[in-house]
Amino acid sequence: MDLTLLLIQTLNGVQYGLLLFLIASGLTIVFGIMGVINLAHGSFYMIGAYLAWSLTSWTGSIFWAVLLGAPLAALLGLLVERLFIVHLYHRDHLQQVLLTFGLILIFNEMQSIIWGDDPHSIPKPEFLQGSIPLTEVQAYPAYNLFLALVCLALAGVMYWVVQKTRLGMRIRAGSSNPEMIQALGINTKVLFATVFSIGVTMAALAGLLAAPERSIYPGIGEQVLIISFVVVVIGGIGSIKGAFVGALLIGLMDSLGATILRSFDDVELMSGLSVDNLTSVTVYALMAAILLWRPAGLYGRAH
Amino acid sequence: MVTIPRLSALLVLAAIVLGLALTPLFGETYAIKVATRMIVFAIFAMSLDLLLGYTGLVSFGHAAFFGLAAYSLQIYSPEYEAANLLFALPVVLGVTALVGGLIGALVVRTSGIYFIMVTLAFAQMLFYFFHDSQIAGGSDGAYIWVKPVLAIGEVQLFSFGSREALLWFAVGAMLTVYGLLLMLLRSPFGQVIQGIKVNEHRMRALGYDTYRYKLVSFIISATVAGLAGFIYACIDGYVSPELLGWHESGIGLVMVILGGMGTLIGPIVGAVAFLGVEELAKERELVGFMADHFQIIIGAFVIAVVLGLKNGLVGTLAGAGRAEPDPLETEEGEKP
Repeated sequence: MDLTLLLIQTLNGVQYGLLLFLIASGLTIVFGIMGVINLAHGSFYMIGAYLAWSLTSWTGSIFWAVLLGAPLAALLGLLVERLFIVHLYHRDHLQQVLLTFGLILIFNEMQSIIWGDDPHSIPKPEFLQGSIPLTEVQAYPAYNLFLALVCLALAGVMYWVVQKTRLGMRIRAGSSNPEMIQALGINTKVLFATVFSIGVTMAALAGLLAAPERSIYPGIGEQVLIISFVVVVIGGIGSIKGAFVGALLIGLMDSLGATILRSFDDVELMSGLSVDNLTSVTVYALMAAILLWRPAGLYGRAH
Repeated sequence: MVTIPRLSALLVLAAIVLGLALTPLFGETYAIKVATRMIVFAIFAMSLDLLLGYTGLVSFGHAAFFGLAAYSLQIYSPEYEAANLLFALPVVLGVTALVGGLIGALVVRTSGIYFIMVTLAFAQMLFYFFHDSQIAGGSDGAYIWVKPVLAIGEVQLFSFGSREALLWFAVGAMLTVYGLLLMLLRSPFGQVIQGIKVNEHRMRALGYDTYRYKLVSFIISATVAGLAGFIYACIDGYVSPELLGWHESGIGLVMVILGGMGTLIGPIVGAVAFLGVEELAKERELVGFMADHFQIIIGAFVIAVVLGLKNGLVGTLAGAGRAEPDPLETEEGEKP
């Protein structure tokens, strides 16, 4: 395996990791502050991706789609929080899992009714269609680099909001002791609705931004959801820093692990099972290993 | 705490068993298949309830064992002849128990929300294992061409090629599981795991190695789920990765909650009721064009169950006759 390929795969891994962070951060904050495990989080990524498709074909540009889609997602987040999630505070995890499981079923069918079951793809914006040459034969697609930079910028904004603003202070206080901030007179109703809506917007933004690079098909929500869970578990549930580290680890594991395993694709472990079949399994193996070492994740507090 | 089941619970069980076992008298092939599926999922839901309602562990990856058993049977079955139940069943259950032990040893270390997510992740791992490899058809799934038979020596007693035989075997399996779980829960072991559910720290302070108790409970639960998967694979003779998917695991949880967790009869009622609702939601004459999108009805139903039926059907119906539900009782499902 040559170095350029390794570089490309590392870039891919970082870019995928940053995208995962956008999704997983919402999941982890919602859990950290509100104590709610939200299975429907992946659905918001899915909705973002489909919004990208609809809005791009309407406005003609992915940028307008992102600008219009993000507020729509924030609104949807508020609506879902008021209608459903509000019943889940102080309920046990089982009921949270089940209610949000019901939401997934509804969102998936709504997607099938509104947008149909065919896969779609949307064009990349013209000035980002090219690639950046790395060597004479290999190049890196410009949109992927753009995507990575935008995700990084969003992560930076989030860091700033969480560390430097009053809202961020409340979020941090809320995730370390939700009862206490209520006792200090902070309106948790508003805080919870805001946080949930932000989480939904981040997931939808990830879907909107990734849409030109990945195709849009039924079931993308679930795929992203499960991998985000792995990220959150590795990082420690409720920890934003953990989600960042976990997302990068998973991103790198996914792309580098796949490259390494694929170079053994002619090695058969048994009939029908070759080494490169195991690529999807590797991230879960990583999670298992980390949990063996630290049962509450890298940055999690033991419960 | 589990005591001897109430007369009302036994009557409900008898009604369900009779109603489902007698479907061949008045129903066609489809009805028999639905009845068999109801029983399979009743067994699956009971196995999940052992974790959920009695040990206090919320597994969101239980379908992994259901699907693993179905795949094990497919792989074990010879291509052109029938597998013998006498060997196939122990092999399949053994494989499920073994994998259950391996996964359990890792996941039981965690608790609460971590347990939910980690069980989910392990189930996904097995899902991708069957989905991506060509061991048994990959994402297309695979067929069991000749269904298992029960033969002693050269004498064949019955074959699952007959739908009635499969249905009655399933009914027998369900009753056996019900009886065995009842005995297990009344045994000292059962008392300990129920103690763990209420207060694990206290059980540990009393000197119980709670990790080992939870692990054994996990393995038993996985094995019973494997029995359900074994029978399921015989219904259509077809296995696919979706059997291990988180969707199936979620459905299992819904069935337990719908019926009422921590009551052995609850999961049976829940499985029958849930699949009944699903059949109705697919009925075009009843719901019109929504039949193509029946998952919306199921989703709304699930949400309504979570918000409206906190004690499940069994708890709600049993509670309706009495004045104030005792908070302890709603925790435990049945009277101590």
